[in-house]
Amino acid sequence: MDLAALLIDWLPFLATGVLLTLGLVIAALGVGFIIGLPAAIGQVYGSRQVRAVINIYVWFFRGLPLLVLLFLFYFGIFPLLGLGGVSPFLVGAFVLGLHGGAYQAEIFRGALLSIGEGQMTAARSLGMSRTQAIRHVILPQALLIALPGWSNEYPTVLTDTSVCYAIGVTELLTRASVIVSTEYIAMPIYLVCAGIYLVLNYVGIKGLHMLEKRVSVPGFESGSD
Amino acid sequence: MDQTAFIINTLLPALWGGLVVTLGLIAFTAPFGVLIGAGVAVGRVYGSRPVQYLARAYVTFFKGTPLLLLLFILYFGLPSIGISLSPFVASVLGFIFCNSAYDSEYIRGSIRSIKEGQFTAGLALGMARTQVIRYVILPQALRRSIPGLVNEFVYLIKYSSLAYMVTVVELTGAGKMIATRYFTYNETFLVVGLVYLFLVTITTIGAHLLERRVAIPG
Repeated sequence: MDLAALLIDWLPFLATGVLLTLGLVIAALGVGFIIGLPAAIGQVYGSRQVRAVINIYVWFFRGLPLLVLLFLFYFGIFPLLGLGGVSPFLVGAFVLGLHGGAYQAEIFRGALLSIGEGQMTAARSLGMSRTQAIRHVILPQALLIALPGWSNEYPTVLTDTSVCYAIGVTELLTRASVIVSTEYIAMPIYLVCAGIYLVLNYVGIKGLHMLEKRVSVPGFESGSD
Repeated sequence: MDQTAFIINTLLPALWGGLVVTLGLIAFTAPFGVLIGAGVAVGRVYGSRPVQYLARAYVTFFKGTPLLLLLFILYFGLPSIGISLSPFVASVLGFIFCNSAYDSEYIRGSIRSIKEGQFTAGLALGMARTQVIRYVILPQALRRSIPGLVNEFVYLIKYSSLAYMVTVVELTGAGKMIATRYFTYNETFLVVGLVYLFLVTITTIGAHLLERRVAIPG
């Protein structure tokens, strides 16, 4: 068939798009984790000022549409800081990370709060400092509890990456659109593209479930299977 | 001040028109989202095998496909099979699909949280299955799903900005045009962002009021 031949022609082009999309997902989840976890710790254990600053961060990045954030950073803030030459991919990964970090902070905060306060008191009475208690007692448990919620970030971030189309990142959706406008066939290409997203979604979720099972501590389930 | 004058004289009037379109997108989407979401949820819980299967496929597809791709399919894809939609209609349709898929998950959860005995009791009183669902189960389930539905409504406010990608000049689009013409990206998108923050914040406050309003004592 016509379409099959055409798809084979464009296969490398689309495959690169898949890699860029996955790159965005991994970068976004990573940056989000690096920002989200300390933000959550600050929200739970920080001083009043620290909490206020983090609350504003979470409120701002959860309240703004991703598209507006991308426009703001790509056209506004990056050029203002003299970083106008940064590639759309890096800006996209950074903004997705900041955006995801605000959501991840909420996930980790919930997990931290679910650890009984007595544990902090117990650790302190054993002579541990607050930092030690957080690092060695609270976090190992909280991270396990947060994992199912954190896994749910994957499908959200995966679909979010497509918005980077708007600032010209050549990820999967952008490449599908290029094929559509070159070959003048829309529907089959878009549906193939949707199929790829669904597969990425499914495979990723399966992988994360396996990870959850792998790291689960017997007798310490967080309630989700 | 130059900047203040720009914001008051140029930016705000332009954004006003966009805001009206954004509110229109939301107003046309939200009711259908909940309605179809409730239908899909009922189908998934009480439907026959094929209906359950279809409802599941609906949710999987619309949750797993990026909304932006969905909008492209509706706006750029459908004309190739002879269906041309205006940008606004295509956007609303896409939002309804996405919104209803997520809404149905919340409603399904709360339907399952209603004890099965109520269903049996309804049938024992001589009600038909549909009557039990309509008069016994749903009124309770919908109340319980309000927090989830509000969450989705907040998401809807934000992803309504994607309509700009299929040429609807809503809030973000209006901002983009001004920003490009006057080269004022920082000011413009900060103000646009504040408008979204305002919408999201009043929604959250309104939701608390609504929840208290429809709460059943005890």
